[in-house]
Formats: sequence, structure tokens, C-alpha cells
Amino acid sequence: MSRLNPLVTMSLGVGLATGLYGVSFGALSTAAGLDLWQTQVLSLLMFSGGSQFAFIGVIAAGGPTAVGAAIVSAWLLGVRNGFYAVRMNPILETLGFSRFVAAQLTIDESTAVATSQESLPDQRKGFWLTGAAVFVFWNSMTLLGAVLGNALGDPKVWGLDAAAAAAFLGLLWPRLRERQALACAALAFLVAVVTTPSLPAGIPVIIAGVVAVVVGGFNLFHRQTEGE
Amino acid sequence: MTLWLGLLIAALAVYSWKIFGFMVPHTLLDNPVINRIATLLTVALLSALTGVQMLTSNGRIEFDARIPALALAAILLHLRAPFIVMVAAAAAGAALIRYFF
Repeated sequence: MSRLNPLVTMSLGVGLATGLYGVSFGALSTAAGLDLWQTQVLSLLMFSGGSQFAFIGVIAAGGPTAVGAAIVSAWLLGVRNGFYAVRMNPILETLGFSRFVAAQLTIDESTAVATSQESLPDQRKGFWLTGAAVFVFWNSMTLLGAVLGNALGDPKVWGLDAAAAAAFLGLLWPRLRERQALACAALAFLVAVVTTPSLPAGIPVIIAGVVAVVVGGFNLFHRQTEGE
Repeated sequence: MTLWLGLLIAALAVYSWKIFGFMVPHTLLDNPVINRIATLLTVALLSALTGVQMLTSNGRIEFDARIPALALAAILLHLRAPFIVMVAAAAAGAALIRYFF
């Protein structure tokens, strides 16, 4: 090959970067009490970072009895993938089996790379390349993280509880650009923490989801940005 | 419900959004209120999970080494450090504080 296609380079770069936090998912999942196979099945079948971190976060807080709340948290965090799918559908024009594969690969990264391309062929190529790269790296790095996590032992000694919180903060950070999002985040944070002592594990997170419905439904804390 | 069954149901539930998006007509979700709620739902859940993971243990509010560790994580995020570096620094920060104090 005479030169590297920039789209291929971009897809691989995004895949590699995402894979690196697959390591932290694997390690945190085993620290939360899931075994290596359960951790790996989550990355293969759920394949959506936010939902996976949410699932193991609720299990870490409430143990196996909180599995119902863990399901709901993961499901609610997956809603944005549905919106990505709506955007990708007319671009990909997939039918039959490839549509089911495309759906599984419809995540933050593949949608972001695809929609940043100019031409339709590049958008399609960007989606499939990035989706495949992230799938391969995310899953192999989950395995590595799970093996490492199992070898570490007590998660608190290694600060893995802080790492789990940092992982959520890292996923949240780029979404806090607007005032409304910031206010919603602050309220949700407060509601979840304050209600934790009086509710079963996982429920405070779901109640925080109601904050989003109220803030979004009534368009609270909204400010017109300059130039609009 | 066993953990295995729970995680299979959760995986299916997450997949249901993805496939749903490929099935519905484009116009159905072309609603500013629905779009806004969907965006804010992600924000609210991630923020709630951050709060619970940072300030509670076993159903109690608890202030400990996680707070300075998360302050460090926030600084690194502000400096645009890579995800894995930020997470590792938070872990190392909390671990060191617990070791020395």
C-alpha cells in the first residue's frame, strides 16, 4: 500500500482509543462481582460503554439483588443509540441480516465518524470500519481488563471504586457544554446521592432519569446561545 | 433473577433501542422535546451514576478518598487527558491516599 487512507487511520485510532477504556471496563466489571465470562458477554452482546458501566455500577452498589435496577439503568442509557440508528438508517440503507449487524454496531463512535464524513460512500465506510474496529478492540481489551481485574484482588485497595466514578465522569464530561445539561447533571447528581440511603440500590439512578424528563419536557434552565 | 439472566435481558434491552431506530420512520423522532429529553437522559443518568459511585457505599453517603481522586480526574478531563490516563490516575490517587492515611 502506497499510503494509508485517512478514513482507515481514523477508524483504527478511534477503535484503539475506545479499546483502552475497555480495559477499565473489564477490570471494574470483575471488581463489581461479575466473572470473566459475564464481563465478556456484556461487551459482546450489549456493546455500549455507557450502558455496560451503568449495569456493573448498579451491581457493584447493590449486589445481584439489584439486577432489575441494573437492567433498567442500562436500558435507559442505551436510548441515544436509538437516535443514532435513526440517523444512520438512511445513510446505510441496509436490509436483512446486515441491518441487524449494523444495529449492534450503532454506538457513539461509529455514528460520530460516519456523520463527520462528506460523501455518502465515506459515511458508510466510516460507519462499518469504525464499528468493526471498536468491536474488536473493545472486546479484546475487555478480556485483558477482566484478567487483570481478577488478579488485583480487593478493588478498594487499588482505588477501583474511584476509577469507576471517574469512568462515569469521563463519559459525562463532553456532554456538559450547555447550561441546561450542566443544571440537569447537577440536579440528577444531588437527587441520586440524597435518595441513596432510603432507597434500594439502583433506584436513585432511575429517579435521576425523571429529572431529565422534567428538565427536558419543560425546557428548564434553557438559555439562548449567542448568535442564535 | 440470576445475574446471568439479568445481563442477557439487559443486553437485549439495549439492543432493542438500536434495532428500533432502524425500523421506525425518520419523522417519528423528529420532535425537539423528545430529542431534548433523550439527550438529557444520558446526562442525568451518567451524572447520577458518578454521584452514587463517588459519594455512597453500601447504601450510605460516605466521604472518603474518592473525592480528591475525582477532583484529580476532573482536572485531567479539563486538560483533555486520554480516558485511560484519567481513570488510572483516579485509581492511583485513591489508592495512595488510602495507603498513607
